Amino acid sequence: MSATLTEPRSAHLIARHAEGTLWLARYMERIENQARLLDVTNTFARDADDTRNWLTILRINGDLEAFYAKHTEANLASVGAFYVLDRDNTTSVQVGIQAARENARTLRALISTEMWLQINVFSSRIRALTATDLLPDHFAATCGMLKEGTQAHTGITEGTFYRDQAWHFYMMGRYLERADQTTRLLDTRFHALAPQTSAGDLEIDAGQWNALLRAAAGYHAYRREHPNGYNAVEVAGFLLANGAFPRSVGLNLMQIEWHLNQLRTRYQLRGTRAPLERLDELNATMTHRNVADMMHGALSPFLDYVQQQIAALHGDIIEGFCR
Amino acid sequence: MPEFPGSPTQSQSLAQTPVQSQSTGQSQSMGQSHSAGAPPHGVLQGYDPAGMFCEMLRPGQPTHPALSLLLSRLAAMPIESLRRRAVDAERDLLERGITFTVYSDATAIDRILPFDLIPRVLTPPEWRQIETGVIQRVRALNMFLHDIYHEQKVLKDGIIPRELVLGNAGYCQQMVGFGVPFGTYVHVCGTDIVRDETGRFMVLEDNARTPSGVAYVVENRHMTLRVLSDLMTGLSVRGVDEYGLRLHHAMAEIAPQSVLDPQVVVLSPGIFNSAYFEHVFLAREMGVPLVEGRDLLVENGKVWMRTTAGLAPVHTIYRRIGDDFLDPDVFNPDSLLGVRGLMDAWRRGSVAIANAVGTGVADDKAVYAYMPRIIRYYLSEEPILPNVDTHICAEPDALAYTLDNLEKLVVKPVAESGGYGLLIGPHATKAQLAEFRERLKHNPTNYISQPTVKLSVSPTLTDEGVQPRHIDLRPFAITGKGTWVLPGGLSRVALRKGTLVVNSSQGGGTKDTWVLA
Repeated sequence: MSATLTEPRSAHLIARHAEGTLWLARYMERIENQARLLDVTNTFARDADDTRNWLTILRINGDLEAFYAKHTEANLASVGAFYVLDRDNTTSVQVGIQAARENARTLRALISTEMWLQINVFSSRIRALTATDLLPDHFAATCGMLKEGTQAHTGITEGTFYRDQAWHFYMMGRYLERADQTTRLLDTRFHALAPQTSAGDLEIDAGQWNALLRAAAGYHAYRREHPNGYNAVEVAGFLLANGAFPRSVGLNLMQIEWHLNQLRTRYQLRGTRAPLERLDELNATMTHRNVADMMHGALSPFLDYVQQQIAALHGDIIEGFCR
Repeated sequence: MPEFPGSPTQSQSLAQTPVQSQSTGQSQSMGQSHSAGAPPHGVLQGYDPAGMFCEMLRPGQPTHPALSLLLSRLAAMPIESLRRRAVDAERDLLERGITFTVYSDATAIDRILPFDLIPRVLTPPEWRQIETGVIQRVRALNMFLHDIYHEQKVLKDGIIPRELVLGNAGYCQQMVGFGVPFGTYVHVCGTDIVRDETGRFMVLEDNARTPSGVAYVVENRHMTLRVLSDLMTGLSVRGVDEYGLRLHHAMAEIAPQSVLDPQVVVLSPGIFNSAYFEHVFLAREMGVPLVEGRDLLVENGKVWMRTTAGLAPVHTIYRRIGDDFLDPDVFNPDSLLGVRGLMDAWRRGSVAIANAVGTGVADDKAVYAYMPRIIRYYLSEEPILPNVDTHICAEPDALAYTLDNLEKLVVKPVAESGGYGLLIGPHATKAQLAEFRERLKHNPTNYISQPTVKLSVSPTLTDEGVQPRHIDLRPFAITGKGTWVLPGGLSRVALRKGTLVVNSSQGGGTKDTWVLA
């Protein structure tokens, strides 16, 4: 910010509201990722083994057990219902939007009126979804509605949310969730539990890479960076260490670091030490070279480590500012 | 049931009051000319207030050009257009979440308070009477509260029975001898006002604890501007947007004197409270944090809030939780909504609380009967806004009158601990009248009686077209050093035909209230 502009008044932010803001962003971001993944699985991941594709989503969310407690077969109807309609499934869109709305309600005096209004309307729309909306002829449109709703939220937030302390917590929540979701997505191809092709991890067919990148909204950007085709090292590097791709883990971590520094310098908040230290360590690993070094067998444990660190980072932020 | 309207402790529905319509179901012609302009036509064709005072047609009252214009615009509006706008307004309220949540079992349903889009209008002279009357009443309430918690002159002089005050459930021992800035106890007051068939304003009830509904005053205006701005074009209607500023100003005024830039907060029970929307509104309009009890703590006799930067001092708390839940150390020990040690911090003068604790005694039904005398006693003035005529049966003349006219009166118990039952004379059987007569003779001090009143009506959009429906008015007064009254107030309307109940759980709605400039 230019030194000549007026800084926001250093109004206090209630600790509970800071935490709620962070969660609001996470839930909304999560819904978008969920919709994106369902959409891509339905559209681009069609191959002979339909079940395998749907299982992928369940693996990403660690939901295999919960899913099979209710369903016998993983397909469009069952996985769709589990993630879009099921009010008992904590990773479902239904539960996500209700949690987002409840946070928004708590924060209603803090967020913009337009943000609240859109979340309120969006949540009723999601609440009204039924099995009919998940039929093959309408599934893509339903995923589109979910994506558009979350993107409208993102846009409204960008255009109306006053950029004082609460905004920094909001943005950290969004980036934490994005980073987490991207590692989960990568996990589906590199994790020990991931479906193995006969040729091994590194030679998944183009269709699979395609789907993976599209799920992260990175397909066209990747093509632009790598017109010559797919390569496991490059894809992993793109999703983890690219500095321009909005969903790369490294970029999201850097953005969190920027917001923490803003809170430290502009608001003189003391809670930044622990999360900044952890970020220092984590950011150092997000290099293309490091990713390349780990391609043969070490990537999966690395992704586990990154996921744990992201969760711990969330914990550091809550501990540092909200307790 | 939502806290507003229809709080079981505060917002008395009209049906629970002695004000009863005698003309329900009747449909005789008024036989009077419509002084506000041309005879009703268009959507107002066939509109018949049946002898009750109509806020729009105003028989026998001086007309006002703005009112005539409004009436002709309204009459010219096709009913389909009105209905379409009503549908838009309802959807808008739901989408904006201007709702209260009804919880039953595992489900939570968002309900809106129905909005009737035909405004209620008050002319400048009418508003002057309400404004000065409310200010007078708030002054008297505050002087009364100061007195009963200090010298108790009003009791010594026999203006009001001692036990009625000191034995009242709303009387708070902890407040005895404790002074508040400017002698202001009731910082926010909602005065429920009705009109009889001659158009006379009367106070039905004072709400001196945590009156709710002001958010609807402002939101209703915004709604009118969104869906019905063509009705308002060119008319000078006084604005309602100042409320937050005025409230913040008063809250800063009462903060501890040593603080230059006081931190004000709104204290809410949380998102599950039916009036939560209003709490959000108040915090937003004042630009201050909306906190819950768990966000505050008392340390070293001072109140702090938990922020991202650690503990930060709090200087004024506009609280929207009841006395009983405010401080588990002093009141209800099981309360999780309040703040431990808050009363102690308040007593030390490190924080201000609005409204003050212990104001419930002043808006009690029994004390209400004495309000005209209380006003005369402290201010040596006649009440600008009269009470509904009230006969205090403890007094021989009033008792005799009540016994003689029982079939015309509504009799109700005064103290919560005392009498029981309510008699609506015109609706009672001979046996009931006889039984109540005995009860009255036996224990007259427990009762008051009031005449039935034909409440005023206002044109309201219903399934049967535009019809007269009963309304009341709750203006909101803010008091720090001085008193300011928000121009307008909440007009509640009974949407069902003939019913006098204006609260939301009984199908009541609200209207925008226009005070003409």
